[in-house]
Amino acid sequence: MKDRCMSISRIYAVFLRQVFLIRSNPTRLVSMFLWIIMDVILWGFITKYLGSLGRDTLSFVNIMLGAIILWGFTTRIEHGVMTTFLEDTWSRNLINYFASPLQIDEYICGLVVTSIAMGICGLLLMLLIAGLCFGYNIFAIGFYLLPFLLVLFIFGIAIGIFVSALIFRLGPAAEWIGWPIPMVLSVFSGVFYPVSNLPKFLRVVSRVLPASYVFESMRAILMNRLFPGRLVIYLCIGLALSCAYLLVTYFFFVRVYRYNLKHGTIARFNIE
Amino acid sequence: MNETLKVVGLVKEYDSFRAVDHITFAVNQGEIVGLLGPNGAGKTTTINMILGILEPTIGSIEILGKNLKEHRTEIVKQMNFAAVYAQMPGNLTVRQNLYVFGRLYQVRNLTEKIGFVLHDFDLDAFANTKAGLLSSGEMTRLNLAKALINEPSLLLLDEPTASLDPSVANLIRERMKNWVAETQTTVLWTSHNMYEIEAVCDRVLFLSHGKILLTGNPRTLPAEHGKKDLEELFIGVAREPLSFL
Repeated sequence: MKDRCMSISRIYAVFLRQVFLIRSNPTRLVSMFLWIIMDVILWGFITKYLGSLGRDTLSFVNIMLGAIILWGFTTRIEHGVMTTFLEDTWSRNLINYFASPLQIDEYICGLVVTSIAMGICGLLLMLLIAGLCFGYNIFAIGFYLLPFLLVLFIFGIAIGIFVSALIFRLGPAAEWIGWPIPMVLSVFSGVFYPVSNLPKFLRVVSRVLPASYVFESMRAILMNRLFPGRLVIYLCIGLALSCAYLLVTYFFFVRVYRYNLKHGTIARFNIE
Repeated sequence: MNETLKVVGLVKEYDSFRAVDHITFAVNQGEIVGLLGPNGAGKTTTINMILGILEPTIGSIEILGKNLKEHRTEIVKQMNFAAVYAQMPGNLTVRQNLYVFGRLYQVRNLTEKIGFVLHDFDLDAFANTKAGLLSSGEMTRLNLAKALINEPSLLLLDEPTASLDPSVANLIRERMKNWVAETQTTVLWTSHNMYEIEAVCDRVLFLSHGKILLTGNPRTLPAEHGKKDLEELFIGVAREPLSFL
């Protein structure tokens, strides 16, 4: 294939379709933000109550709400990629897209750009609610917030692309695999508790998940058990793992696309 | 004559089933060629391979002198399609759909161009209507408006008038014929309506079991094979393909 140049116009078209969809039916906004808003409110009250039973209330709120917000951000990014892809499968638009000059790389970029927009909106909304209602301050994490977000952002995109590739390969019915994946991963990622709480054989899974390095580091910072050297190593491992997953899932999606080209699945995708 | 589309030795196999079996044909600039055949003959498979959404097992497709596999994006910018099984997404308005696809095809002066195609296909009144609320005829007009938005050199129409009433189908045929006469667009057109094929096509290719069995002028071909009209010839090809080999 000699067509290698990506077109911003075509990536923008994929993004724009989602903007039109959201504008035309605001219920999409509800499905995008309702869960994360409810998560913050629910966990805000739970942590406030649990924190009041102990001594270090501020730290407890910061740890739990910080975890909820950062994991909510990852989930939003993953769901952002997946729902953008699903919108095209639900409206049987894949054949129109792939019969147009749109390249597979451009399509994936379009999914990611849409997801970034959704993820940032979701993050800001969660921070606003947590700050106003529970006095949560994300900046208590300090400078490390940015690399944390970066690792989780890349990991979220990787999961989203992986789930979209699964749906692309197995058919629209496979979307049900995509919704609970963040919940499953949260068990191993030490989002709500230290990884050391897991049985030894499950800690092996945690070690290969970038998110576990972020949440272990976040707890270390907020509980004043900070070892800067170790933190940097943790973040480097998290970042390297995220990038590796992104690369692997990207190639997986492209491979599924090529498989579908070969087997005629694009034209008859919705009957799979 | 300039060959817009050149298909050589095209084969598509699914496991042991051969859907398209070594077909070779060319379509010249400004020509409307009908691709005919019974259900399962390989028409849509052939169209999908020319669109680039299905990879041939063997064979080559050249469009505008370039190999499709190597120059897909560049070529596809200069072609388009409308098919009864590939409707515009129903959850966007007519104008939004045309805008998104105009962007994908990198159409210049897009807003102006959308105005033209909306007018050409009598869709002005539906510009802000969601495509899912359109009638079959209006939806077909939208699919065709999208198919012409980039002024393609090669247009693939897979049963474009299926499910339309005769009056709307006639209007669509006239519009497409005028368009081709004005722009010298090359068209590959599949249909099960033999009257339509006779009315619009310069040449037809009869496909059965993935092979091209007959080719020629739709107005003279039936007589050449001792049949009274194209429909009788079609039935003969569909029921007794071996007698035409």
